[in-house]
Parts: sequence; C-alpha cells; structure tokens
Amino acid sequence: MKGIAVSTTVNGDAVDFVCEGRETLLDVLRNRLGLIGAKEGCGTGDCGACSVILDGELICSCLALGAEAEGREVETVEGMADGNKLHPLQKRFLEKAALQCGICTPGFLIAAKALLDSNENPNESEIRFALAGNLCRCTGYDKIVRAVSAAAGDLRRQKKARLKRRATK
Amino acid sequence: MRYESPRNSRDAVALMASERGDAYLLAGGTDLLVRMRGEFIDPDLVVDIKRIPGIQDIRRMTSGFSIGAGASCAALGRNKALVRAWPGVVEAAQLIGSDQIQGRCTIAGNMCNASPAADSMPALIAARAKAVIVGSGGRRRIAVDKIVTGPGKTSLEKGDIVVEIVLPIPPPKSADAYQRFIPRSEMDIAVCSAGVSLTLGPRNVVKQARVVLGAVAPTAVLVPNAARAIVGTRLDEDAMMKLAAACEKACAPIDDKRGTVEFRTEVAGVLARRVAAIAYDRARRKR
Repeated sequence: MKGIAVSTTVNGDAVDFVCEGRETLLDVLRNRLGLIGAKEGCGTGDCGACSVILDGELICSCLALGAEAEGREVETVEGMADGNKLHPLQKRFLEKAALQCGICTPGFLIAAKALLDSNENPNESEIRFALAGNLCRCTGYDKIVRAVSAAAGDLRRQKKARLKRRATK
Repeated sequence: MRYESPRNSRDAVALMASERGDAYLLAGGTDLLVRMRGEFIDPDLVVDIKRIPGIQDIRRMTSGFSIGAGASCAALGRNKALVRAWPGVVEAAQLIGSDQIQGRCTIAGNMCNASPAADSMPALIAARAKAVIVGSGGRRRIAVDKIVTGPGKTSLEKGDIVVEIVLPIPPPKSADAYQRFIPRSEMDIAVCSAGVSLTLGPRNVVKQARVVLGAVAPTAVLVPNAARAIVGTRLDEDAMMKLAAACEKACAPIDDKRGTVEFRTEVAGVLARRVAAIAYDRARRKR
C-alpha cells in the first residue's frame, strides 16, 4: 500500500506525515504525530472526545480522514496552553472541578474554545447546546458549564484590558 | 483503499465511473466514515469532492441560491441571505447532529444517504429544490424528490455526482418551516417530521403551498391534498383540521422502537399544523 504524503499545519506548526487512505485524522494525530490529547470514545461522531478544529470549524477527528488535512489548519487541545501558561478554559476546568476521569476533557476544551471563538458571552443555554456533542459520564455537566461561563468572563476581561492598554499607549 | 481528491468535477466523475471496485464520494463524511468504520462498507476508492473549486460555496444568484455539495450545514446557518430566504431549509439542515457534525455534514450528503428520516429532505422538497448532477453524460438538473427512491437508494447512476443544490428565490410574502419529533431536545433521528413552504396573496390568504412529511414512508412524501386544504384560507381551524387529516392519510410508516404506526401518523398531522402556522407567521411578516 502506497502511503499518502500530507503537508498540514497543526497548532501553528508545519507538519508533514504519510498515512494510509482509510486512516482517520484522529489516528494520524495520535499514532503518527504523538498528539494524544484527542481521544477515541465512540468512533462514530457521538461522543466528541476526538474534537478538533479544522480550518476554524469544530469537527470530530474520528470522522475525517488524515489525508483531508492537506493544506489545512488543525487545532488540538495541545495548542491551547501558551507554554506553561494554561488557557483560561483549562484553568477554570481545574478550579471548578469540571473533570473527573478526564477522558472527555480535551474534547470539551476544544468544543468550548470553538464556542468562545464565535460567541464571547454565551448564556447557559447556548453553552449547553454548543457542548451537546460532547459526552461526559462523570461530572453531570453542571461544573463544565460553569467553568466555560467563568472562562468566557476571563477572556472578556483580558480583551478589555488589552484594548485599554492599546488606548493608553 | 485509494483516496483521491480531484480538482474538478470531470475528473471526479471519471474516477467514479472507471473504478471497478466499490467507489464512494466523500463530502462531509459524517455518514461515510461511520459506515466504513462500522464495516458496513469496504471501499476500494474514496473520492473527496471538497477540493473541487467552489464546491463549498453558497452563492446567491439572480436565479436562486446555489449551495455547493461540500458546503457544511454550519455554513448554511451563517449565510444571512439564505436564512432570510429559506429559514425552514436552514433550520432543517441545522438539526442534523451536534456542532461537530454540523461543521462537516452537507445537505447533498444528507440527500444521497437516502434515509427516510433525513431532516433536510422535507424542507428541500417543499422549497422545490433541484440537484445539479454531473455525470458521464454531462450536466443535468433534477428535482430533489426524484433522487431518493427508497431507504438507502437513489436514482443516481454510477459516476453521477451531485455538485450543487439549487433553491429558487422565493416569491414575495413567502416562507418555509420545518420541525421534527424526537424524544429528546436535540441530536436524534426524526421519528416523524414536516416541512411546509407557502406563499401568501392579498389579505394574507394562502396562495400556494407545499407540504412534505418525513420518516413516515420509505421516502419523504409530498402531500398535495394537504396543500390543497390550506390554499385559499388563512389557516383557520377548519383548514388546519383538513391539513392534518390529509397528512395522516399520506402516512405509511414503519413500526419500531422509536415510534409506532399510530403515533407517527398522528404526530405527522400535529407537526404539519404547527409547521404550517410557523411558515404562515413568517410569511406574513415578510414583504
């Protein structure tokens, strides 16, 4: 079987890999690129544990082929923190105990990031609908919703401070 | 399995037509990949259509809206002109799966997958949508209700590729709506569903209507008698009862764990009434 050479961008870094035709993006991330944040829960697009952002669109990486990533941009949970500085979502998930076993957490973080990228002040209902594609069997979701809401507030405050700094310069 | 991503539709057709083994098209992949991974299918060739220029675009032309076969349902929801013109089509498309699925799934794929419960079909048929097909014999346009022939079956031939779904520009005072019944608030397969598109005339009397039911027969069904029941009325109670009765009569559903024949039949009438009322209200507020 001849492999398919793919050049793509993962979390801002240029990445090249060779994969087989039927290999999913999830398998490529985990098995070829060593990015094991995205998890396989169901493999059928129901649980959201494999969520990544592909060209700005939230997707299940188990339902995309690795070869489809050619020339595109992939964002995974590994790209959320800035070095040792956690993303506000990650910080709030820890602080609000929005995880127990942690299997679903990377998927929730990426789905929540996709939500906050397009809606900086979502209400509870919007958060719940946006995260409906992610299943968690531990937390009962309440803590996750509260963590996302708190992180949204953090991001709004950061943005405001940034704008203020720019205005006073 | 070979993976190909041709740069134009002619090459895609040639690849599909010349493959001796099992060949499948990949648009959003939200059905295809599930079937591959569940080992329901074992493709020799997968042709990804998303590299064909323009195939992910949604364009408003003087003749209507062109929705590329690779445009995600999430993209439909972001297109304000389309939402304004065909709110029912968009709300149907946006009921398919979670945000993760929305980011990939397409209405062309929803149609070609040919599920009796496909959410976009009743709304597309009600809207008189046409599919633009490229095949070995060239390019043609076919009404979407001529494409799905039964569960998992279409009238498409080997090498045929749906490249666009085309919606007309709605006449003045027109609107559409779609609803489905599922036993939870979202992310499920329709137990039964209804799509209605209508145009109002003077004094808000219904001038034209199309009523389509989903998940109550092997394919989505257009119910001309239901449309007749409301044309010439302002959706008074008598018209609504006739509409529901016509819908119930058009039902030939299956009995399964998600809904009995009796339940699906009755709910089809109820949904048709509600959806007609929503479409009517939207049309009334339009110019």
